[in-house]
Amino acid sequence: MSLFVLAICAAIFVTVFSLLVYAIVKFRRREGDDGREPAQIYGSNQVELAWTVIPVLIVVVLFLAAARVIHAVEDAKMPPGAIEVVAVGHQFWWEFRYPAQGFVTANELHVPVSYKEHPTPTHITLMSADTDHSFWVPRLAGKTDLIPNRENSLWIDPHETGTYLGQCAQYCGTQHAKMLLRVVVDSREDFEKWAANEKSPGAQVAAAANGRRIFESTACVNCHTVEGTNARGKFGPDLTHLMSRATIASGAAANTPQNLHLWIKEPDAIKPGCLMPAMQMSDQDIDAVTAYLMTLH
Amino acid sequence: MLDADSISKPMFVPPEGVQARPWLDRVHEWIVTVDHKKLGLMYVCYGLLFLVIGGVEATAMRIQLAFANNHFVSPQTFNQLFTMHGTTMIFFSAMPIVFGIAVYLIPLMIGARDMAFPRLNAWGFWMSALGGIILYFSWIGGSGLYGAGGAPDVGWFAYAPLTSPAFSVGHSTDYWIIGIFVSGFGSIATAVNILTTMLCLRCPGMTLNRMPLLVWLNGVSAFLVLLAVSPLTAAQIMLLIDRYLGGHFFDTQAGGSAVLWMHFFWIFGHPEVYILVLPAFAVLSEVIPVFSRKPIFGYSIMVAATLAIGFISLGVWAHHMFTVGMTSYANAFFVASTAAIAVPTGIKIFNWLGTMWGGKLIFKVPMLFSIGAVCQMLIAGLTGIMLAAAPFDWQLGNSYFVVAHFHYVILGVIVFGVFAAIYYWYPKVTGRLLSETLGRWHFWLFLIGFHLTFDFMHVPGLLGMPRRIYTYDTGRGWDSWNLIVSVGVVFQALAILIWVVNVFRSYYKGEIAGNDPWNAWTLEWSTTSPPPDYNFATIPVVRSARPLWDLKHPEDPDWKYE
Repeated sequence: MSLFVLAICAAIFVTVFSLLVYAIVKFRRREGDDGREPAQIYGSNQVELAWTVIPVLIVVVLFLAAARVIHAVEDAKMPPGAIEVVAVGHQFWWEFRYPAQGFVTANELHVPVSYKEHPTPTHITLMSADTDHSFWVPRLAGKTDLIPNRENSLWIDPHETGTYLGQCAQYCGTQHAKMLLRVVVDSREDFEKWAANEKSPGAQVAAAANGRRIFESTACVNCHTVEGTNARGKFGPDLTHLMSRATIASGAAANTPQNLHLWIKEPDAIKPGCLMPAMQMSDQDIDAVTAYLMTLH
Repeated sequence: MLDADSISKPMFVPPEGVQARPWLDRVHEWIVTVDHKKLGLMYVCYGLLFLVIGGVEATAMRIQLAFANNHFVSPQTFNQLFTMHGTTMIFFSAMPIVFGIAVYLIPLMIGARDMAFPRLNAWGFWMSALGGIILYFSWIGGSGLYGAGGAPDVGWFAYAPLTSPAFSVGHSTDYWIIGIFVSGFGSIATAVNILTTMLCLRCPGMTLNRMPLLVWLNGVSAFLVLLAVSPLTAAQIMLLIDRYLGGHFFDTQAGGSAVLWMHFFWIFGHPEVYILVLPAFAVLSEVIPVFSRKPIFGYSIMVAATLAIGFISLGVWAHHMFTVGMTSYANAFFVASTAAIAVPTGIKIFNWLGTMWGGKLIFKVPMLFSIGAVCQMLIAGLTGIMLAAAPFDWQLGNSYFVVAHFHYVILGVIVFGVFAAIYYWYPKVTGRLLSETLGRWHFWLFLIGFHLTFDFMHVPGLLGMPRRIYTYDTGRGWDSWNLIVSVGVVFQALAILIWVVNVFRSYYKGEIAGNDPWNAWTLEWSTTSPPPDYNFATIPVVRSARPLWDLKHPEDPDWKYE
């Protein structure tokens, strides 16, 4: 469809632009012009008719081509093997719920690869917790907006494994630019493994007990959830399996101990204007909390 | 009656001794004036001032985006910059400039002594001016705390619910609302004035089908202002009610609708494109015939195409909303209506081409800018056709491809048209010609800068770069394209600088123009440069669309062929 539209537009451009250049060169006033006015032509109905009818025909063809694709995309029926995901846009991160599997994750969407003979597309329901956002991963699908008080949806049907980058495409506030989005297309086995891990409760590691105590006794729990603990906040990303993600801060930084430390100490250093507050803890406490977070596989 | 004498009257000589009047007197005269020429000039100058301000904001953004992870401005500042840039360029630069050109020229072109409602004309201008001042006062009063300012940062289309009190604390958004609200009243007043003038004040003999195309196109544009700016103004009132009186039109947290705002805004927003581009087409439709030495090809078809554009433009707004999840039928409808508008627009391009065909083209600066505008309209129209196809828009909507597309229209066609108008009518307004040499430098540098910036801006859009991001990371293939885009700004800024020098220098030292420096055909060239108060000593009588052609060529007048 895109190529067809491009080809038509390119053809129109070449034709009209050549005529323009020809006219500019051919009909310029020459040196030694006699100063007489050229023949005064007021128009021609035949010519006007021609350059009205031809564009009308082109427009009809383009419309039909577009309408076919619109129908194929918007009115598609999902096969039984389709995965259901609910994506919720937040300032400035993504919440992904897997209702059938019963877990919640953030910012990095995992989906299984889909095969032509056995398609497992992913159907994504789009909602917003605050302002407008837009889900755009160019190589997987066109964008669709996430609008508060409204349920939208789109579907993707990736045939190749790998990580696909995208980001929020509807201005949503200060950190719109770093509301990044990753879609990881796993092989079927990897996806099942990943989903099983996401579904399991968080691990309890004795070595990080101190960090866990600090985490659970500070404001962290107001915004974040860690399954199996008293952390049940909903404003920020679910941290139950934080270590299964490659990035933090909605893709703004790699998920490393140094970045986690910095993120807790001074979020504005990574994402100025984001809604995560600086936690005002001592470096020692931050180290302990970081160590705890590192156990959330 | 027009006679040959009125053209060959003594040339304008800048009177001596006028400067001796007290400075304050002269300022006062401009402030209280109801003269359409003074108001038109003030409109244009005001718009050009804001063009420079908006240009500085754009330059700051391009410095920020020239390199990945740049730290030239903070994210908050960047968001304010693009909001102010868009709002400024549309409402306080482009609109005043096209209104100014219309208000200055329409009475002269239809043989009238002023606009139909001179006082309303002044009111309209001052309301627009007040709107701009209110918007810019936000830098001082915006946040409402400790005297520190903050411009609005909600984007120029200010999507709900970002404008609701929960997400927009302080008063910056209020300055945005009231600024646009106030200038909207000015725009509606001026539109009423233009329409009435066009319909009621034409000189004897000037039937509607002998009216210069500039007047026709500005008339259609004024009609669109009436239909489009009114809903926008209503929406601003609703938004204020939401913010201060507990209304819930757009407040999604209380059950309001974000999509309702989009409809309101784009019902204004898309006709607005034509409100601005029709006056630019109007300029091209006057300049191209004169410098091709031929009448406009297909006058009545041009009028019909304009009416068609005006009509269809009222039914295309939701192509800005292909990604909000409309049904496939709604999407298909807006694909069809949007693509349909390409037909009358194409007819216009073909008619300009037809005008040039077989003529003797004279490449003075106004003609250069006009031909530039036609070429750029061709490209902008074609990228518009691409974006009209909803599936294409699902990918490229809200990306830099769209930003490049509409800047092609706004800068490549509207601003090029405005420059054509300035070079063409400056001698009429001031009595002196702009320098042709500086004009050529201006044109070529601006053309190079324009294409460096906006041709290459399509590419990061195709590579997935969304608009309105204050920074981006390396490794997504956007870096070098953004650098080229930013480099283009240098050329454009240089060109604007040359133009400013040209305007001021020529005012004092330019070649004396005479009444009719371009050997043109419409009535404004029959009076002195600058025109006297009340324009014409005796009201002219015309027999065709080109009264001065008839006068200069009694052996072959236009009215013979009507």
